[in-house]
Amino acid sequence: MADAKVIPFGEEPRSKRKSKRVGRARTNQPPVPLAPVPPQRDEPAGTAERAEPAGAPREPDGGWDRKLANGLSFLRRRVTGEYEVDDFGYDQELTDQVLMSALRPFYEKYFRVEVKGIENIPEKGAALIVSNHSGTVAVDGLMLQMAIHDQHPANRNVRMLAADLVFMLPVVNELARKFGHTLACVEDAQKLLERGELVGVMPEGFKGVGKPFSERYKLQRFGRGGFVSTALRAGAPIVPCSIVGAEEIYPMVGNAKTLARLLGIPYFPLTPTFPWLGPLGMVPLPTKWTIQFGEPIPTDGYSPEAADDPMVMFNLTDQVRETIQHTLYKLLVQRRSVFF
Amino acid sequence: MGKVVLVTGVARQLGGRFVRRIQREPDVDRVIGVDAVPPDHHLGGAEFLRADIRHPAIARVLAEHAVDTVVHMDVNGTPLGKSGSRATVKETNVIGTMQLLGACQKTPSVRRLVVKSSTNVYGSAPRDPAIFTESTPPKSLPSGGFAKDTVEVEGYVRGFARRRPDVAVCVLRFANILGPCADSPLAEYFSLPVLPTVLGFDPRLQFVHEDDAIEVLRIAAGEPRRATLNSGTFNVAGDGVLLLSQAARRLGRPTLPFFLPTVTWVGTALRSVGVLDFSPEQIRLLTHGRVVQTTQMRETLGFHPRYTTAEAFADFARSRGTGLLPPETLARTVDRIAAVLPAGRGQN
Repeated sequence: MADAKVIPFGEEPRSKRKSKRVGRARTNQPPVPLAPVPPQRDEPAGTAERAEPAGAPREPDGGWDRKLANGLSFLRRRVTGEYEVDDFGYDQELTDQVLMSALRPFYEKYFRVEVKGIENIPEKGAALIVSNHSGTVAVDGLMLQMAIHDQHPANRNVRMLAADLVFMLPVVNELARKFGHTLACVEDAQKLLERGELVGVMPEGFKGVGKPFSERYKLQRFGRGGFVSTALRAGAPIVPCSIVGAEEIYPMVGNAKTLARLLGIPYFPLTPTFPWLGPLGMVPLPTKWTIQFGEPIPTDGYSPEAADDPMVMFNLTDQVRETIQHTLYKLLVQRRSVFF
Repeated sequence: MGKVVLVTGVARQLGGRFVRRIQREPDVDRVIGVDAVPPDHHLGGAEFLRADIRHPAIARVLAEHAVDTVVHMDVNGTPLGKSGSRATVKETNVIGTMQLLGACQKTPSVRRLVVKSSTNVYGSAPRDPAIFTESTPPKSLPSGGFAKDTVEVEGYVRGFARRRPDVAVCVLRFANILGPCADSPLAEYFSLPVLPTVLGFDPRLQFVHEDDAIEVLRIAAGEPRRATLNSGTFNVAGDGVLLLSQAARRLGRPTLPFFLPTVTWVGTALRSVGVLDFSPEQIRLLTHGRVVQTTQMRETLGFHPRYTTAEAFADFARSRGTGLLPPETLARTVDRIAAVLPAGRGQN
């Protein structure tokens, strides 16, 4: 038993180094008697295991050790700057290890996101995910990203296209770039699709996210349909996506337009709680979310000129929009309650 | 008969190095270096002519020596040495370029013009696309400083190209040039013991190593190789990007974030005490960052940089010595913590 406790420590080279040091320290204290040394060495090992490992299997301890080692090597890379970011500023390591972990409780426990139709997202290669946008604060984009990363078999990271306001705000812009987001413009979307990335777009923009609560789940206009021509040019399939539950996190009952104009933001939400309860009002309501991905709409069958043909574009835009809207209604009918 | 190359701005390190390099080209007969002040470094036997490109006398130089290739490198953001003022630099950049182009236009022997420009022409704004191509129009035109100078210089060069269609014109838009002897404003910035940054912004930066800068200038100044074309406008940058935070860590220098409005004051303060030229466009770069696409450089110009952005920066970091927080020390500290930690964990 005592031996069994020592062995898992010795498996790790660093731990070995440490245990050697401990051994040396011990031998310094009682140098003369040779026989009592092993029990003395066992004692600190025993206390190191605290009480629970006596009965508990060795695995979790080794797991913790490994986790700690991973965390430290992560920390080492971070403090020395030895990590890679791509041209858009996407920091995969930070996203996977820190940012996603920070969001996961919201994803799993708070909003309890249920994902349907994840198989509609291609295993590899470019695709454009088009989703509805809602919730006063664009939490839905983050949850969509989490959903794809956690549920997709290939753990793909979707590159969200964000409004320019995101890149003007301090801290937010920094995190958005590291998270893999980029500005919603044709150039960026085109480049990402050409690189075979999964790109997520919410064409309703501020009209969708900042619509009053009374208009919930009514899709707004889909911009000028620029996303369709971008997907056509890249030959990437369009995956419609419907998110239910995000509308109710901050029910926007009013909009302080003057204040918004003063602050230079598109709208200033008034919810039953927001400015009135101060920071407490900023806590989102714990609604139950469903994210459904629809069948991909292929775009590679079109001729290259089709990307500039307004008729083709409007038809495709409408098709995507209708699909999302219908799915939204279907999901709403199936939903038992906003919170469960 | 070989070529006669005239190089402006040879009193700077980069100009001097380029003169020494271009002389070794087999088809180059003579190299004439021009600047308003004599260079501190040797020019490897090239002729130096003390001439101010802001004066029309430059036309006589061109005609006298029957120059056929002009490499205009006297477009700079900061004055040479501590004595010059920003106004002189601007005049050299803008009026100097106008005079030089006028002289080129009058000199029939000129066949090729290479202009060292900068990716500053794109500005940096939050509403810009993440990656600039040569044809991306800037969302917010630089309002002043070096960035505006380069925009104007490029405007004059385009006008010249229209008037003299027989001259091959190559505009090279360099990302920030770094290297052991680079004297660009960004190099000065990275030499500060503590790097002032903008709170909540982590810009993406791109660098070119000075060896690569010399090499691409040489390619642009010579005859194009097979299947390449060396006239036009090209972005020049190393592969990949570095975030400012990352760069600071690799350099081992701590950062000191300031709120965006106060950064301007800090910049002015640093400028007035003469520590470094922290100009508004510099602050914009360090706020929003800038990344350019280099496909044209690779495919059309046929230039493949030897150094990536990270390698160029590493070479620069080596030449500058260690900062207050050397990455090796930090790494060792983490290792030490790692060595101690299981014991510490055990004792609780």
